[in-house]
Amino acid sequence: MKFSEQWLREWVNPSVSTDELCHQLTMAGLEVDAVEPVAPEFNKVVVGKILKAERHPDADKLQVCSVDTGEGEPQQIICGAANARDGLMVAAALVGAVLPDGLKIKKAKLRGVESFGMLCSAKELGMAESAEGIMELPAGAEIGTPIRDYYQLDDNCIEIGLTPNRSDCLGIAGIAREVGVMNRMEVALPAIEPVPASHQETLPVKVEAGAGCPRYVGRIIKGIRRDVESPVWLQERLRRSGIRSLDPVVDVTNLVLLELGQPMHAFDLARLNGGITVRQAREGEKMTLLNEQEVELKAGTLVIADDKAPVALAGVMGGADSAVGEGTEDIFLESAFFSPETLAGVARSYGLHTDSSHRFERGVDPELQTRAIERATTLLLELVGGEAGPLVEVRDDQQMPSREAITLRAGRIERVLGQAIKGDEVVDILTRLGMQVEAEGENWQVVAPSYRFDIAIEVDLIEELARIHGYDNLPSHPPTGSLSMRPRTERHLPLTRLRQLLVARDYQEVITYSFVDPELQAILEPGVKGVSLSNPISSEMSVMRTSLLPGLVATVRHNLNRQQSRVRIFESGLKFIGSVNDMIQEGVLGGALCGGRYPEQWGVEAARVDYFDIKGDVEALLATHGGEVEFRPMNHPAMHPGQSAEVVLDGKAVGYLGALHPAVLQKLDLDQAVFVFELDLASLQQARIPAFQPLSKFPAIRRDLAIVVEQNVSAREVEESIRKDASEILTDLTLFDVYVGKGIDSGRKSLALGLTLQDNSRTLTDEEVEDFIAKIVSGLETRIGATLRV
Amino acid sequence: MQGLESLVEEAEQAIAAASDLSGLDEIRVRFLGKKGSLTEQMKQLGSLSPEERPKAGQAINQAKQAVQQAIEARKETLQGEALNAKLAAEAVDITLPGRNAQRGGLHPISRTLERIESLFEQMGFEVAQGPEVEDDYHNFEALNIPETHPARAMHDTFYVDEHTVLRTHTSPVQIRVMENQQPPLRVIAPGRVYRCDSDLTHTPMFHQIEGLMVDEKVSFADLKGLLDEFLRNFYEKELKVRFRPSYFPFTEPSAEADVQCVHCGGEGCRVCSHTGWLEVLGCGMVHPKVLESAGIDSEKYVGFAFGLGVERLAMQRYGINDLRLFFENDLRFLKQFK
Repeated sequence: MKFSEQWLREWVNPSVSTDELCHQLTMAGLEVDAVEPVAPEFNKVVVGKILKAERHPDADKLQVCSVDTGEGEPQQIICGAANARDGLMVAAALVGAVLPDGLKIKKAKLRGVESFGMLCSAKELGMAESAEGIMELPAGAEIGTPIRDYYQLDDNCIEIGLTPNRSDCLGIAGIAREVGVMNRMEVALPAIEPVPASHQETLPVKVEAGAGCPRYVGRIIKGIRRDVESPVWLQERLRRSGIRSLDPVVDVTNLVLLELGQPMHAFDLARLNGGITVRQAREGEKMTLLNEQEVELKAGTLVIADDKAPVALAGVMGGADSAVGEGTEDIFLESAFFSPETLAGVARSYGLHTDSSHRFERGVDPELQTRAIERATTLLLELVGGEAGPLVEVRDDQQMPSREAITLRAGRIERVLGQAIKGDEVVDILTRLGMQVEAEGENWQVVAPSYRFDIAIEVDLIEELARIHGYDNLPSHPPTGSLSMRPRTERHLPLTRLRQLLVARDYQEVITYSFVDPELQAILEPGVKGVSLSNPISSEMSVMRTSLLPGLVATVRHNLNRQQSRVRIFESGLKFIGSVNDMIQEGVLGGALCGGRYPEQWGVEAARVDYFDIKGDVEALLATHGGEVEFRPMNHPAMHPGQSAEVVLDGKAVGYLGALHPAVLQKLDLDQAVFVFELDLASLQQARIPAFQPLSKFPAIRRDLAIVVEQNVSAREVEESIRKDASEILTDLTLFDVYVGKGIDSGRKSLALGLTLQDNSRTLTDEEVEDFIAKIVSGLETRIGATLRV
Repeated sequence: MQGLESLVEEAEQAIAAASDLSGLDEIRVRFLGKKGSLTEQMKQLGSLSPEERPKAGQAINQAKQAVQQAIEARKETLQGEALNAKLAAEAVDITLPGRNAQRGGLHPISRTLERIESLFEQMGFEVAQGPEVEDDYHNFEALNIPETHPARAMHDTFYVDEHTVLRTHTSPVQIRVMENQQPPLRVIAPGRVYRCDSDLTHTPMFHQIEGLMVDEKVSFADLKGLLDEFLRNFYEKELKVRFRPSYFPFTEPSAEADVQCVHCGGEGCRVCSHTGWLEVLGCGMVHPKVLESAGIDSEKYVGFAFGLGVERLAMQRYGINDLRLFFENDLRFLKQFK
C-alpha cells in the first residue's frame, strides 16, 4: 500500500517528523518499505499560459511561444514539443530555475531567436517515468502559481508492506486509525452524507450466492458528463498511490478504494441487459475482462451477471462489454461485500491479481458499502454531474461475518507477554482500536470492529496490546527452564566428525541443489526414476535427486571448466528414492575426486588420483564407525566395472565407490577419470562402541611371506584363506607389497604379507610359529594356487 | 737422542697442524704409541742411575701428559668442527613449502549452521530433523495456514503433487516434534528449504534454522531475551536489536527482529537500504491452534518459535555480497572458508 503523506495527515496529523511517522508505522506492524519525495527538488517553475505559439523561422520542429507567467510582460520561450499550442496551460521554468536533473535555465538563443525559459514535461519535473510532450495543465490553473504549490509536491510517497492479516489498513482510513491510536489522537473522518435521490430509477438486484455475497449495494447515476477530466488533486492522489488516472468515473472508484478500502465497480447502464444477479458461474460460460483477457469461467466462480451473461468476475475485475467508456451516459455503481472465504484463490486461479481481489481476499469491512457508495456518489456528482437514484441494498445478516465477544484475561496477558499491562491501558488501547470493551472482574469481554478480520481469539487481542504498548517497551530476559539432561547415545557419530575427517583429507564441502537435471541424472542413475516437481524453476532443476552424484559431478565439471585442475569435494544431504507415496528420504554422504593426487609441489612425484585414493578416504570414514568392512565387486551401469566396489559394513550394503564409467565420462564431456563415493549416513552414524581387549605381556613375532598367485586372485581371497587357517594368535595381517614384472611369470603377481603372531598367556615357541606358518602356506596353496616365492 | 723439550715442541706443532681426527690419531701413535718417541724415552730410563730415574721419569710423564692434553684439546676442536660441517651440510631451506599441507574446508553455510547450533545447544536446545519433501498438512495446515490463506501465495511453493510440497520453511519440524514429544521442549531444526523463486536475491533452495521452546513458563520476554543474546553472540558485537510486529499464521504475537546494520553501524548504507537495520529473523509465540493441533494443551503450555535465514546471517557475518555464490560451488569461493 502506497500513499501520500499529506493525504494521511489530512486525516490525522501528529506533530512528528516524516521519519518519526514512518518509525511509528513500522513499529505498529505496518512496515515502511520506502519513503520517497513525490517529486525531486526543483524551483522557479510556475503555471504559465501559452498566449501564442508560432513556428520558429529557422527550425521546423521548434515553436516560439509567448507565455504569460503571471509576472510582468509575457516571456518568449522556445519549445520543441509538438503539443505546445495557443491557450495551453503549461509548467514554465523561468530563467534561474534549477530542474531535478541539475539543469540551470538561462537566457539562451536557439537558432537566432532568444528564449527566456523552458516549458517542462512531467518527466523533466520528475513527476512521471516518461512523457510525450510538455505537461498540459487544466484550463483553470492560476497563472503564476509555483508548480510545487499547484501540485502540492512537498510531499512524500510512503510505501508500507502490509502483512495479509491487516486488510483494514488497505485504505488511508485504516492507516490513519493506526496513527491515531499510536499517538493517542482522534482521527478526522471526512463527512459522508447520504445523497438524496433525484430520480427513482433502480436496477433489480438478486443475490443467489448468499454466502459469497452477504451484502450488495448499488445505485444508478444518470446523465454524467463525459467532457471533463479528473482534477489535479485527484490525479495526484492516485499517482502518489501508484495508480494511473483514466477517467473521472474510474478515478473516483479508485480513490474510494484507496481512501476507505472499498473496491467498487461502475457499469455502463446502457450496456447491461436487465437486472443484476450475483451468482455462481456455470460450466462453460465465457467473458472478456476489462484487460481484454478472455476467460472461460469455472463452475462455481462468483460472478455478477445481467439477465444474459456474466458482466464481472465478482470482486476481481469487471467485464469489457459493460465497461464505462466514451459514450457512457448512465452508470450503475456497485459497492459490495464478497466474503474472503469465497474469493480466496479465485483471482490467482485466473492468473489475475487486482487491487480489488487483493482486498476482498483479505477482508473488506462488511459495514462499509453504504458509506463508500455515498462517498463515491458525492464525488461523482461534483466532478461529472448527473442524477443519483435511490440505493438498492441486498443484505443477508445470516451470512455476514459474526463478531462474538472474546474473553480477555488479565492473567493471560501477563503469562504471554511476561509483563502485566494496566487495566486502564488495556481498555484505552482496545477502545481506540475500535473494539467494544466491557470489564468483567479482572477480565474483559471484547468485541472486535467489523473491519478487523484478524481478531477472533484472546491471543489476537494480546497481540494488539503488545503492538500498541510497543514491543520495545516489553521486558526481555533469558528464558528459564528445568536443567534436565537428555540421553545422548554414544553410538551416534555426529556428522561433524565425518565432515571434519574429509576436510582434513583435503576435501572441500559443497552444497548442491536437491533438484537436478533429469538428463544428467539418467546418465548417472540409469533406470532410477526420480520424483518430478510440478512447477520447476527450469528443466535443469526439475527432478529430485536420487543420488548425490548428479550434483557432485556437475560441480566437478563446473570447476574443471574454470581452470581448476584438481577437484576434491564432498556433500551430505538427503536423496529421494521412490514415488511420492512411498518416498524414502535418506541422508547420504558423497564425494568426488579428480586430478592430481597432491597439489603440485616440490619433492613429491606428480601422480593422478586412482581407485585406491578414494578407497583410502572411504576406509578412513568407515574406520570412525569401527565395524567390519568389506568391498565387493558390483555392477553399476555408471561405474567402471573393474574399478568400483560395493561397500559392506557389518554385513549390510551401505554404498559404493569407484571410477565413473568411461562411457559416462564421454557423455558428460569429461576428459579425465573421476572417482566418486556415496555412503548411507544412518548406517555410518551408528558407530560401534569400543570394546577393550587385554594387552599381551609376551613378545610378538613377525613373519613375512612372499607368495605368487594368479593375477585374478584378489587380496580379499588371500586374506580370507589366511584367516580361515589362523587361530587367535594372528594379531595383525598386512599386505605390504604387490609386484608384477621381472622374475614373476606373466599372468601372475607376487604379494608380500606381514603376519604378527602373539599369545596372551605365553611366549610362542619357534616350533609353534613354524607349524602355524606351514598351515597358512598349505591353505594358500590348495585354495588359491599360491606358491611361495623363494 | 732428542731432548724432551724439543720432542714436546715437535708434538705440539704436529697436533696443531692435524686437520682431522685420523691425522691426530697418527700423531698420538707417533708420540704416545707403544713405539712412540715419548714411550721410547720411558724405555731408556733403565740406563739411568737410580738417583736420576725418578726425576727423569717424572719429566717424561709430564711431557707425555702435556702431549696427551694437547691431543685431547685438538680432538675436541676437530670434533666440533666436524659436527658443524655435518650440520651445515644437512641444512635445508626451511622456507620451502611443507609436504601435503593442503586441507579442505566446510561450506560457509555448514560452518554457520554449526556455529548457530552450538550457541543454542548451550541453552539446552536439541537438534531435530524433518523431511524435505513434506506433506501439505505439516507444511501448511498444521501451521494454521489453510488452503485458501493468502500467506500461501507468498510462499512460492514447489509442488510434487497436489498434497505434497518441498517444504517452504523449517517450521513443519516444529509440528513433527510436538506430535512426538511432550513439553518441556527445546529444539532447533536446521535444514534446507525451497521456494519457487530465483533472481539476484533469491535462490530456489536456501537454509533456515527453526527454534521452538514450549514450557509452562515461557513468555514473549523470554523470546526477546534469547534472541537478543543469540544475535549479539553470533555477531560478537554489542549490536542493537529491535523487535517489530509482524505476521505469521503460526505465531501470535508475531515479530520480526532487526539488528543494527553490521556494515554501517546503523548510520544507513547500501547494505541496509539506508534504514540502519537488517532484518534477520521472524519469531513469535506459538499460536494456540498450532499447539492444539499437535495435541498440546495450550492453556497449560506456552511456547515460542523463531526462524533464522542462514544465508543472510552468513552473508552478513563474512561480508559475502552475492547470495548465488553459495550454490555455484566455485572452489575459488569455497576455499576462502577453511
